[in-house]
Amino acid sequence: MTAQAPVVEMLSITKRFLNVAANKGISFRLYPGEICALLGENGAGKTTLMNILFGYYSCDEGDIFIKGDKVDLTCPKDAICRGVGMIHQHFALVPSQSVLENVIIGADTGKRIFLDLKSAKEKLRQIQKRFRLQLDPDAKIWTLSVGEQQKVEILKALYRDVDILIMDEPTAVLSPGETEDLFKTLESLVQEGRSVVFISHKLHEVMSISDRIIVLRAGEVVAEKKTKETTLRELANLMVGRELLEKLDKKTMQPGEPVLQIENLHALNDKRLPALRALGLVVRRNEVLGLAGVSGNGQRELAEILFGIREASKGTVRVKGDLLRLGSPVSAIRLGMGRIPEDRIETGLLMDLTVEENLILENHVSPEFQHRGLLNFEKIQRFCEELIRAYDIKTAGPHAEAKSLSGGNLQKVMLARELAGKPAVLIASQPTRGLDVGATEYVHQRILEERERGAAVLLISEDLDEIFALSDRIAVLFEGEVMGETPVEEASREQIGLWMSGVRKE
Amino acid sequence: MRLRIVKREPLPGWARIVIPIAAVLATLILSAIPILVAGGELWKSYFYLFYGALGTRFNLLETFVKASPLLLTGLAVAFAFRAKFWNIGAEGQLLAGALTATALGISLKGVPPFMVLPMVIVAGFLAGGLWAFIPAILKTKLKVDDVVSSLLLNYVMIHIMGALLFGPLQQKGSSWPRSSEIIAAAKYPILMPRSRFHLGVLIALFAVLVIWFINNKTTFGYQNKAVGINLRAARFGGIHTNSVILWTALISGGLAGLAGVGELCALQYRLIMDISPGYGYSGIVIAMLGNLHPVGVLFSSLFFSIIIVGAQTMSRMTGVPVYIAEVIQGMALMIMLIFLLFTEYRVKAVRK
Repeated sequence: MTAQAPVVEMLSITKRFLNVAANKGISFRLYPGEICALLGENGAGKTTLMNILFGYYSCDEGDIFIKGDKVDLTCPKDAICRGVGMIHQHFALVPSQSVLENVIIGADTGKRIFLDLKSAKEKLRQIQKRFRLQLDPDAKIWTLSVGEQQKVEILKALYRDVDILIMDEPTAVLSPGETEDLFKTLESLVQEGRSVVFISHKLHEVMSISDRIIVLRAGEVVAEKKTKETTLRELANLMVGRELLEKLDKKTMQPGEPVLQIENLHALNDKRLPALRALGLVVRRNEVLGLAGVSGNGQRELAEILFGIREASKGTVRVKGDLLRLGSPVSAIRLGMGRIPEDRIETGLLMDLTVEENLILENHVSPEFQHRGLLNFEKIQRFCEELIRAYDIKTAGPHAEAKSLSGGNLQKVMLARELAGKPAVLIASQPTRGLDVGATEYVHQRILEERERGAAVLLISEDLDEIFALSDRIAVLFEGEVMGETPVEEASREQIGLWMSGVRKE
Repeated sequence: MRLRIVKREPLPGWARIVIPIAAVLATLILSAIPILVAGGELWKSYFYLFYGALGTRFNLLETFVKASPLLLTGLAVAFAFRAKFWNIGAEGQLLAGALTATALGISLKGVPPFMVLPMVIVAGFLAGGLWAFIPAILKTKLKVDDVVSSLLLNYVMIHIMGALLFGPLQQKGSSWPRSSEIIAAAKYPILMPRSRFHLGVLIALFAVLVIWFINNKTTFGYQNKAVGINLRAARFGGIHTNSVILWTALISGGLAGLAGVGELCALQYRLIMDISPGYGYSGIVIAMLGNLHPVGVLFSSLFFSIIIVGAQTMSRMTGVPVYIAEVIQGMALMIMLIFLLFTEYRVKAVRK
């Protein structure tokens, strides 16, 4: 395979953002008919490198050759014309339009005023047949699952006759079944001689799908391996640059009395469709309940109800027997709920405020920090400096703006704020999404410490490894219902996977 | 070669002071173009612009008098915008203040004189505040767009005022839409002899201090900023966002109301349709030019008032029309917005 001429060649690519070099002299080659994985932690420079190939960024130094021609890409359109397509983590689809309409947006329509929908549909049908991407071309995007929306993105690329497809963390939003489907599609693409770049930080997936793996760390290539000739452990160490803790130190604990009780919860989602149906869960003291499930099955709505920022149509939530006033964040805080939202940038933190201002958000009105409406900055600063030390938050100081912090440190700010009051309940929704391996490890340890301290922890996560590593019990959410629940010792991945796809136990 | 606008690294703190000053200088330099087009002699025009505003004791004090309503409406808008409550209605709130001051100023005849002015001021503040309360309630309870509702309420207030000036408030025997004169006890005292430098100027300067204090020292100022930066996260963190918006509206409208009280009780003494030449709208520009900071608003309102007062002398001495003041004000805003754009972005040349 490597005997062939590379279809893409990027030589000594350097790209700086502000003063930080995201890519330092990276060279990258892609051959026809291969799936090449770009493996690395968040911030390693994977996405940046591919955004350069896609014409989204221009590089500061280095040369790019596509199919032998030296190119100077100034916008994604240039790249698409040369057969390079990229599917980002966040899809660029118009929710109110159909699959077909989304596929042909911006595609060459022959420079006519009127769209030729009929032939466009025919072309789409043929592509669908060839790659077995079954979807109704007239379905509106908003009615599709995330996995189906991803198929639309792939169709968009294929419709433009892309033969170099870049996929940025494509499995982050997929269920195990959907991931398998995606892998089949990718394989059929490379069999036709097209090439795929697969950006990921998930070792298992990279091992199972790719032909070749390039490991990036801190903007540099640290290794290039044939997939057959490497191991998970080797990759993990290359990626992180140090030996990982083999296993989390999870002490055996005897769960105590029920602390968080959710009964018969019904709720609607933003589209006014049922999101939760008669959901009931109990979390005890000294216990982590892991709630697994494919994204979009009511996790977000459940978390928001528990956070106090969404109302339920029916049902109750109790903390130590006291009712949560639904739709009141203040009630959630008063009842002693530590809340880690999945979108810390939109919901959890105020990026334009300082670290200090973020840390005191929930207790700036407590008598400790204010007197008759005047803030006591001295006490606030002392309190915050202590938290910054205790949580090892890497920041220029309490007065640095939150947006100057990295993702991992932002999550530490979040944890520091939510755990400072020693909450009785901890609701952690996707607490490690988008974090690098080191920060993930830190968050996991903190969650286990909370469990040992006596908190009842509800861990909502789409990452099964995380669920298995932290939970005492595992429950699975499917279409707003609990499909099943099992102690972690008796749980099998197969069973959890079945529940996640909606198959109940016989 | 192609030019592109790209995000730049954050500028250091001093830039926040240097950039508005640079914008003002750039405005003055570019003002040469309309001045020359209007046939003015350049240096003479500039000289009289500044001489007219600052050159004599009377003119200097007059510049402060002119600045005080601009300062109050500027603060009103800046305080509301800080919480992303888009109060475009300072004009209507100003008129509500002036209208209330008129009604009380005419009718409070039996009240002890020392109580009249405090009552007028408080009532004017509340009237402006309540007029701003309407769009705030519509926004928080019914999710009505505050830009539209606060803007349209200006016209409602103009017509309420018109109806009253042709009706119950009209001076007896007059056929003009104007009220009777307010009683002496309701007039703002003049603080400097041989000038119009009145109590309202001090009130406006004091308001700068109060808003600075609220913004920087109080829990409410913190909440107001948090709500403006990220409403969802502020609510998540336990801030009663609706009540913060309502209180912000009350304070914002109240400041604009005070501007109306000042115009009425210090300068006009009677309500007329032209009580405000659009101070409420200028307040928006001034707030933006001052980067929503109370001290910034102080300087930008002074800059505006220098241009307005100075342009009159310039016009008399050089024949350049007074309307040049509005051209310069408009340019100042555009240049400031462009400069602010370049605090976050820069132009980059790209090889084609």
